[in-house]
Amino acid sequence: MKDTLATRIPRAINWNRLDDEKDLEVWNRLTVNFWLPEKVPLSNDIQSWATLTDHEKQLTIRVFTGLTLLDTIQNTVGAPALMPDAVTPHEEAVLTNIAFMEAVHARSYSSIFSTLCSTKEIDEAFRWSEENPHLQAKAEAILNTYAPGNDPLKRKIASVFLESFLFYSGFYLPMYWSSRAKLTNTADLIRLIIRDEAVHGYYIGYKFQRGYEKLTEAEQQELKDYAFSLMFELYGIENQYTEELYDEIGLTEDVKVFLHYNANKALQNLGFEALFPPEVSEVNPAILAALSPDSENHDFFSGSGSSYVIGKAVATEDEDWDF
Amino acid sequence: MAAPIPALVYFSSKSGNTHRFVTRLGLPSFRIPMGKDPLPDPGYPFVLICPTYADGEGRGAVPKQVIRFLNDPDRRAGIVGVIGAGNRNFGATYALAGRIIAQKCNVPLLYSFELSGTETDIARVRAGLAKLGRHQCSTAA
Repeated sequence: MKDTLATRIPRAINWNRLDDEKDLEVWNRLTVNFWLPEKVPLSNDIQSWATLTDHEKQLTIRVFTGLTLLDTIQNTVGAPALMPDAVTPHEEAVLTNIAFMEAVHARSYSSIFSTLCSTKEIDEAFRWSEENPHLQAKAEAILNTYAPGNDPLKRKIASVFLESFLFYSGFYLPMYWSSRAKLTNTADLIRLIIRDEAVHGYYIGYKFQRGYEKLTEAEQQELKDYAFSLMFELYGIENQYTEELYDEIGLTEDVKVFLHYNANKALQNLGFEALFPPEVSEVNPAILAALSPDSENHDFFSGSGSSYVIGKAVATEDEDWDF
Repeated sequence: MAAPIPALVYFSSKSGNTHRFVTRLGLPSFRIPMGKDPLPDPGYPFVLICPTYADGEGRGAVPKQVIRFLNDPDRRAGIVGVIGAGNRNFGATYALAGRIIAQKCNVPLLYSFELSGTETDIARVRAGLAKLGRHQCSTAA
């Protein structure tokens, strides 16, 4: 299939003629959201870093090297592997943006390290990331799916799982520190990464759905089975990775709930139903608040029925809706 | 007469998250079209379910099609509440479209949920809409 690349006429990309408007929508979103680690005042966290115990510091650095590995894979292999499968030239352009931002993310962790840690600590953590069997296992599971010649839709499944699920055993920790008013600038930077990964997971999941809807029912079932079995495999690895990292600090169970919640969201990005039932996916409210500060959960419904005050709709001028 | 559940009006882009949520609710609903097709006329009263498309600064949160729908004063008069959808990973702009519409139309933000919602979200919204229907009925009497 890739042989057709050689015979394809080189075409200049025309952004004024779109096959899929989602490409432009996501391109605009990603480019407006562009950022660099230099914009976050990480050095304000130096004092806070000094309040962590040696073990907490080591855990944090290890978690961040684990995240660096995933970003590196997505930058150098994952996003480029999706390009030959792109169905529109605009999709290819969006993927180049995704690939570059993954490089920015991977680079950001090194900015955190150079601000807060010693060279010795950093080198130790990178060595750990190369030797940790669980981290290596998840990298391998994803890289196998990305291999040339593999099913383009299976690649997208793996990519969405990386973007929307595998990062979260790591993202948990800076959100936890932030909920305890520690490393808050680092948390600001991580939130920028989380925001980007959310767009990536959404977009790749969207492209997956466009391919999926063209398949026969039997092919769809096969692919869905593949997605759920890959999720099970990755979830098994993530459980072990989580235990190894978080047992000592006593957070393993809390992190696992966060894994369930994010696994469900990853499956939703692919258009599938949730896997984990609500009772094991209710995330610690402090972590949810750290994820989306200033946006408390709205459940007007759960208030008592008699206290409803329904506002009257007021005249709204067209210019109010200035977009 | 059984208390009527307010009509549902919703927007969902081609990614279909909100559409899947509304389908699972299993209640009568009107979808605001993506293109230039005629807008639905739900009659009074209705609850609007709207996903969020904000950038990092919160711009562009409410989809243009929804603005077009609400820009008609007659249609806008029927809105009794709004449910916002989004993704917490977008931080402070999570489900922002719901908050903006609630403010602009001076109606309560009834609920927010992520992506295509969980079983818990479905149960809470179903129960909440039924309660809202009973309340509408008693105030109209």
